[in-house]
Amino acid sequence: MYESNGYTMVYWHALDSGDASPGTFITGVLVLAIGTWSGRVLVFDIPAKGPNIVLSEELAGHQTPITDIATEPAQGQDCVADMVTADDSGLLCVWRSGPEFTLLTRIPGFGVPCPSVQLWQGIIAAGYGNGQVHLYEAATGNLHVQINAHARAICALDLAPEVGKLLSAGEDTFVHIWKLSRSPESGYIEVEHCHGECVSDTQLCGARFCDSSGSSFAVTGYDLAEIRRFSSV
Amino acid sequence: MLYILDQRLRAQNIPGDKARKDEWTEVDRKRVLNDIISTMFNRKFMEELFKPQELYSKKALRTVYERLAHASIMKLNQASMDKLYDLMTMAFKYQVLLCPRPKDVLLVTFNHLDTIKGFIQDSPTILQQVDETFRQLTEIYGGLSAGEFQLIRQTLLIFFQDLHIRVSMFLKDKVQNNNGRFVLPVSGPVPWGTEVPGLIRMFNNKGEEVKRIEFKHGGNYVPAPKEGSFELYGDRVLKLGTNMYSVNRPVETHMSGSSKNLASRTQESIAPNPLAKEELNFLARLMGGMEIKKPSGPEPGFRLNLFTTDEEEEQAALTRPEELSYEVINIQATQDQQRSEELARIMGEFEIMEQPRLSTSKGDDLLAMMDEL
Repeated sequence: MYESNGYTMVYWHALDSGDASPGTFITGVLVLAIGTWSGRVLVFDIPAKGPNIVLSEELAGHQTPITDIATEPAQGQDCVADMVTADDSGLLCVWRSGPEFTLLTRIPGFGVPCPSVQLWQGIIAAGYGNGQVHLYEAATGNLHVQINAHARAICALDLAPEVGKLLSAGEDTFVHIWKLSRSPESGYIEVEHCHGECVSDTQLCGARFCDSSGSSFAVTGYDLAEIRRFSSV
Repeated sequence: MLYILDQRLRAQNIPGDKARKDEWTEVDRKRVLNDIISTMFNRKFMEELFKPQELYSKKALRTVYERLAHASIMKLNQASMDKLYDLMTMAFKYQVLLCPRPKDVLLVTFNHLDTIKGFIQDSPTILQQVDETFRQLTEIYGGLSAGEFQLIRQTLLIFFQDLHIRVSMFLKDKVQNNNGRFVLPVSGPVPWGTEVPGLIRMFNNKGEEVKRIEFKHGGNYVPAPKEGSFELYGDRVLKLGTNMYSVNRPVETHMSGSSKNLASRTQESIAPNPLAKEELNFLARLMGGMEIKKPSGPEPGFRLNLFTTDEEEEQAALTRPEELSYEVINIQATQDQQRSEELARIMGEFEIMEQPRLSTSKGDDLLAMMDEL
């Protein structure tokens, strides 16, 4: 771990040989969670000041390599999820933070990996290896929306939190933008397709919104030496 | 490699009774394929291949294939071997990239095996070797998860990254663009296990569907017809990995020097490889597993030209762009005596039909032999 200017290393932690892998990680407010190849999730406490980073817990919940982790600041209500971890078997674990992390619910996989997961206002968005995007209610783990979004594996999901926009990118060369919302009557999660973009002949690997209002996004792809950026006019 | 060699040998076929001593006949073609296939599927060689290990470096892989291509009476000049390797790697890259779902890399492999069995149907012993390999593949890879296959596929894609050699057959068939990138169609059947994009379903708390919306995806996909078979015999459904030469077509490549990526290629050849010793050991064992058939009497080496004329082949050798030159394994024979001795022993078991060399030491001999590979 480095200072944000990249010059000073403030902390390092050696993974066990059984854990060595490209883990995925998201910084929370005061906590850093790192997923490993074995399925363990390492949780580090990061003090507000100073380099005294400590490994505080190891979460057990997954048996296959961790693919992605998503977090959201705690909203202060009961049963609000703070963190979702996803793995190679498609299993999602929903956690609440506290002095220790508590497992709230598990959402089983269905035979394909879940390469990417996002969390927004209690909605879990998960992209799968079969091209589907699922939206779950984080508090209950119930599936509310199933989108047949892509014709190949999804490689990345991103959120524009200001407006509730979700971006999905797949190996089928497409990027799709979705608007998440809740039905005013039932409170159930709803979604609307906003835009689709084909990045010709490019098997996409990564995609991100470039701003929190979701008016532009960038993609990377296999054999692509450039980062391609798209903006709405 | 076998598809290309088979096609090229057929193109140069002369009917047996009309052939001169130095011309290829149908009998020669079958013999070359038999020799190469039986070397490739030799039990010891396969045993080494199936051991869990890191992916070989590009140099190491090229060295292995050069050895395999010379497992028979057929000889290839450097330019022809380069071209053969270019074609092989681009064709295989295409197959891996276009795989609809990661597990399909196994179906592609089975397609290769099916066609290979077609080449050697008259040789029951070799057929048995191929079937045994089939069984081993099923045993080791048959039960892997979708995530594990995705990892395998991505590892293979990383190996082929930044290779953009234009192949005229691919350009003509419009599967490759002029910039060397492959065309990724956005139509056709979806992979087995994937739904056609365009549908959104919404559910209530009880899991009952309450709403259904369609959206415009942008592609033109249809459902997958059926799943390919993973049995010893069966309809693979997938066409990737089948013989791309269904009709007689000339075998050409265009050398497209990808200058933008020059930096990354130079990086690979200059930076010392910390795993070099490890890899050399693997290579030694792999080569040791190859049992090259030694011809019973003195025989001329038949030369196969991958180009249309000898002049073209010479020209290709002279004009090959620097960044596309293949390097083969060079051992620092002076550094590790034991390793060199082991390799020398293995190399000594191969028949090398070259003129005797003047050498001052065993190390020089070894270096020279490897350079000639």
